Amino acid sequence: MIQYKPGKEPHPKEHRLIFKNVDRVDWDTSIERFLKEGGYEQLKTALKMEKKAIIEEVKTSGLRGRGGAGFPTGVKWTFIPPNNTKPVYLICNADESEPGTFKDRYIIYQDPHQLLEGMTISCFAVGANTAYIYIREEFPEGAQILEKAIAEAKAKGFLGNNILGSGFTLDIYVHRGAGAYICGEETGLIESLEGKRPYPRIKPPYFPAALGLYMCPTIVNNVESLCHVKHIIQMGGAEYARLGTPRNNGTRILCVSGDVVRPGYYEVQVGKVTMGEVINDLCGGLKQGRKLKAVIPGGSSAKVLRADERFNLKQPDGTMKEIGIEDIPMDFDTIAACGSMAGSGGVIIMDDTRDMAWVLNNLNNFYAHESCGQCTPCREGSLWMKKISDRIVAGEATPEDVAQLETIAYQIDGKTICAFGEASAWPTESFVAKFRDELITHTSTKKRGQIFNPVTKVAAAGLKKQPA
Amino acid sequence: MTIPTELLSKIDDVITHYPVSKRSAVLPLLHLLQHHFGYITDEGITWVAAKLELEPMQVMEVVTFYPGFRQAAPGKFHIRVCRTLSCAMAGSFELMDNLCQLTGIDRSHTDHHHSIAVSPDGKFSIEFAECLASCGTAPVCMFNDDFFEGVSADKAKALVADYGSK
Repeated sequence: MIQYKPGKEPHPKEHRLIFKNVDRVDWDTSIERFLKEGGYEQLKTALKMEKKAIIEEVKTSGLRGRGGAGFPTGVKWTFIPPNNTKPVYLICNADESEPGTFKDRYIIYQDPHQLLEGMTISCFAVGANTAYIYIREEFPEGAQILEKAIAEAKAKGFLGNNILGSGFTLDIYVHRGAGAYICGEETGLIESLEGKRPYPRIKPPYFPAALGLYMCPTIVNNVESLCHVKHIIQMGGAEYARLGTPRNNGTRILCVSGDVVRPGYYEVQVGKVTMGEVINDLCGGLKQGRKLKAVIPGGSSAKVLRADERFNLKQPDGTMKEIGIEDIPMDFDTIAACGSMAGSGGVIIMDDTRDMAWVLNNLNNFYAHESCGQCTPCREGSLWMKKISDRIVAGEATPEDVAQLETIAYQIDGKTICAFGEASAWPTESFVAKFRDELITHTSTKKRGQIFNPVTKVAAAGLKKQPA
Repeated sequence: MTIPTELLSKIDDVITHYPVSKRSAVLPLLHLLQHHFGYITDEGITWVAAKLELEPMQVMEVVTFYPGFRQAAPGKFHIRVCRTLSCAMAGSFELMDNLCQLTGIDRSHTDHHHSIAVSPDGKFSIEFAECLASCGTAPVCMFNDDFFEGVSADKAKALVADYGSK
């Protein structure tokens, strides 16, 4: 029986695989502790398997990437060209930076060896002898924990030359980013790892598995996805696939923040709990006297869902069924069918005290700050959206500005090298579509024809730039 | 600029992590220099470029891109407050005002390119950071490499008092 720290016990509706050791009493990040719980046993099993068989297990498991796009991990691995003669790299994407997402932090800070074991198995399966963990700069302690864990694993023979006598060699290095959201985009990450500005690469090739780090085949997987590989080997792909719901297999960690009584992380079987259960059971409901207004279901880039929206969804038997926001099962496909995405699992809950213009403005400021500046629609558009939403919040906008905001968003979406274009446009597209009236209440027809001088505004806010 | 032997050996070690391309070591080297000197100087950029056999421009473009690299001296303790949605909803703007007041920092001269403000005594500096990935325990902030969650007004006061005495 696992004991958790008081107040940190998993909810009965949770199903903990990845987070089994998070917040445990008598748990630490040392390899000795990990080995006592059967640590690195799955690595031993995997090293005796055929590489192809491991990839097959991961494919059978139906594991979908937990970083945002939800692409099947096993399928991604098969994109390495079969006649490849170049070295293969594996990169663990630990650049966790999607606002609303905070799961990787706990894996790295509390269970680093789980990640290393998952990575080592994955590297063996795809034939990588060098792997990098690209960790965001804001996790300085996390980088140290991982470096210590790597040294421990190396000392025990789980990493380095000829791992456990299998002839397989692997070196894992920790590489720290420097605070740029765009490094979460896999080709941007690779550019960053090559020591450059992280400008995402032009597609095709669509996957760095064809051309990645140093123009060699490279697999980029999220921290959580790599941890799942360990459990897939332990349970077997078919058994793992029984968790969750069809096409949405396994467990995933939902990170809930915002206006709920108990924000936090909850590992659940994919699709087995509904949005209503997440809010009302796992998170203890909204604060007293408040009403649900909106939910961002999969990290800040996911389109917002309004509390009173109704969704007409096709059922497996072909019939249609109308559901409300609280009935949405937390899986990839249903959330997509509702017009948003499960993304990285970051659920942001907003109650009726929230001003949607202010919320959108906060997000637009984020995207304007984080656009890498490579593609014009995104670089200029994200800044325009920020400026217009600044204006709306300041009460200086006209009703036409709201429509303008929407127009700009649709000129970014689909017109950029990477998915950041969509990520920055979707909040605006959805907030304007669903909260248009509320945004318009911040505007005034009296502002028509008036010049809003952001420079003066900036000066008025006490910043040093003066009007020319 | 003098690079102490210990730092130099760390630098030489980290370059070995990238056997294919030394250029990959730009970020780690800049981190090491920034950690030691507090910020990245022009001299530091030239030094890294020479060390990795690059043009200074190739290092400069990296320094100016990433928000994590500073080109001006921060305070002894550099505070980063999360600005993004979940923290903002939980009061990170109030936390920022609060910390500025407690440390005597005037942020009115900051802008996108000069985001850091330093206290008159040089003890603290502060800036907003985008999502620090702990949305469930908002609002959060960092003092140098130390991370703090659920930072209430009282906790902010205690933190500033604690670091102020260091």
